[in-house]
Amino acid sequence: MRASQDRSNNDLCRHWGLNHMEKRAHFSSKTVPYLLLLPQLAITLIFFYWPASQAIWQSFLMEDAFGLSSEFVGFDNYRHLFAQPEYYKAMSTTVVFSLAVGTLSLACALLLATQADKKLRGGEAFKTLLIWPYAVAPAIAGVLWIFMFHPSLGTLSQPIRALGLDWNPLLNGNHAMTLLVLSATWKQISYNFLFFLAGLQSIPRSVIEAAAIDGAKPIRRFWTIVFPLLSPTTFFLIVVNVVYVFFETFGIIDAVTGGGPAGQTTTLVYKVYADGRVGGDLGGSAAQSVILMVIVIALTAFQFKFVERKVQY
Amino acid sequence: MVENRRYRNILAYLVLAVGVLIVAFPVYLAILASTFDAATIINGNMPLVPGDQAGENYYRTLFIGASRSTREPVSMMMLNSFIMAMGIAIGKILISILSAYAVVYYKFPLRRTAFWIIFITLMLPVEVRIYPTYKIVADLGLLDTYTGLILPLIASATGTLLFRQFFMTIPDELLEASKIDGAGAFRFFKDTLLPLSVTTMAALFVIQFIYGWNQYLWPLLITTKDNMQTIVIGIKKMLTTQDALTEWQIAMTTAVLAMVPPVFVVIFMQRFFVKGLVETEK
Repeated sequence: MRASQDRSNNDLCRHWGLNHMEKRAHFSSKTVPYLLLLPQLAITLIFFYWPASQAIWQSFLMEDAFGLSSEFVGFDNYRHLFAQPEYYKAMSTTVVFSLAVGTLSLACALLLATQADKKLRGGEAFKTLLIWPYAVAPAIAGVLWIFMFHPSLGTLSQPIRALGLDWNPLLNGNHAMTLLVLSATWKQISYNFLFFLAGLQSIPRSVIEAAAIDGAKPIRRFWTIVFPLLSPTTFFLIVVNVVYVFFETFGIIDAVTGGGPAGQTTTLVYKVYADGRVGGDLGGSAAQSVILMVIVIALTAFQFKFVERKVQY
Repeated sequence: MVENRRYRNILAYLVLAVGVLIVAFPVYLAILASTFDAATIINGNMPLVPGDQAGENYYRTLFIGASRSTREPVSMMMLNSFIMAMGIAIGKILISILSAYAVVYYKFPLRRTAFWIIFITLMLPVEVRIYPTYKIVADLGLLDTYTGLILPLIASATGTLLFRQFFMTIPDELLEASKIDGAGAFRFFKDTLLPLSVTTMAALFVIQFIYGWNQYLWPLLITTKDNMQTIVIGIKKMLTTQDALTEWQIAMTTAVLAMVPPVFVVIFMQRFFVKGLVETEK
């Protein structure tokens, strides 16, 4: 137990380069370092540790109907949560959403990055033209896409209708999900593209040239040499994309569907928001927050443990 | 390499061009919509070349606002967004450069503890502790204030780690030399460390400015007054009125205006943007 803890600490340390913690020369003072740390520590304690522990505490409380008093109910909120079909629905929605956005945006980004990696004239301009959607707010991205695919006035809705599909993302859950996946992917491609391109550019040309001289064709070269060498980037991006879909797509969902129609696009984070705000169920909402915390911590730990070491050149 | 290069390059251009088109099309439509009147958009056959209502739309959006929903001129919302984004960017640079300086250049008891307290914050985005944070901000009387918008969002370790990483690459000789010159901790920080950190600060600034400008859930919860709305919240409210009443030309003009500052920052500070993105890894 002790040993494995040390090991994971070491992993964390290596990840952030913490093993070189020491400078040769230092200043010494009894008060100055604390004063320097004070602003950040104060903000962190007040706006991070306090609310995070409140969330955990609240998840064990049940408020009465008027929010005037609350009593300790143990794991009741959790039990109640796992008895709700809506919670499982939100889970599966989140998984489907993550898989779809992750796969689609990674695939598109990889395709674009491999093309941009060829020494093309004007390559830099293409790079600029592809990365700016990173700067568009998720909620704005959602607005752009609902405008484009709006059932009555969307420019692209009529061609879809002409194909015989009764397109209506405001009423049809599958259409709504499709629209969310497209807008979330659109926004995420730029981030993935940038990291894939950096990953590709760090692969030594000599390795690929050697394979070319041995007669390996481009597609074969890609799958047997380039793709495996890219795996650290790919794994890093998978984790980042999952976190992105979990949390940052909140704005897209709220702008495009509001979790609807009939809760069919409610993800786990959206449910935390909806149950706490609209439903007034703070205990249940807090219990959901705690579960999300556990998921994020697990993902981060997974990233530290495997992504940095197991997958490498 | 050895294959037919010309054919492959044409293919690459083609793929990239299609990519750029797909990326740009939704934004092109928004820009188009900001040049038409409401009736042209509502009937579902918006032309694919710009109309002549741009002046009217931008004037109304910026200085009058959507009459049916938000009631605030968008220039006001942009000012709120700008204050929030600048506050987050500058606030974060300030607190994290100070704490990184303490952790790297001082030896003191509890140093590791302090570092880990800050480090752990990387793991939990604000979304998972949203209601307790809301309650604390409310108890402190910070609802509908810029302080309330800004402070909870700078409680994270990314900046501290970034500066720490950078400080570790600065040769020890620099500190030793300035100690021999008789410089104290403050002069070393001001004359040596700050000038060297400009690039890192710019990178962090770009990332945090975009992060702050694009915030959604947090301002949605803690701003209740119309005159504290940010632009990203404002546009959402323009869409929530009954569908038939949505003033799409104003909403899409607002969308265009909401994209201009952060996109401008990415394009014109691209070098810092890429550095910031890659080095903070989120």
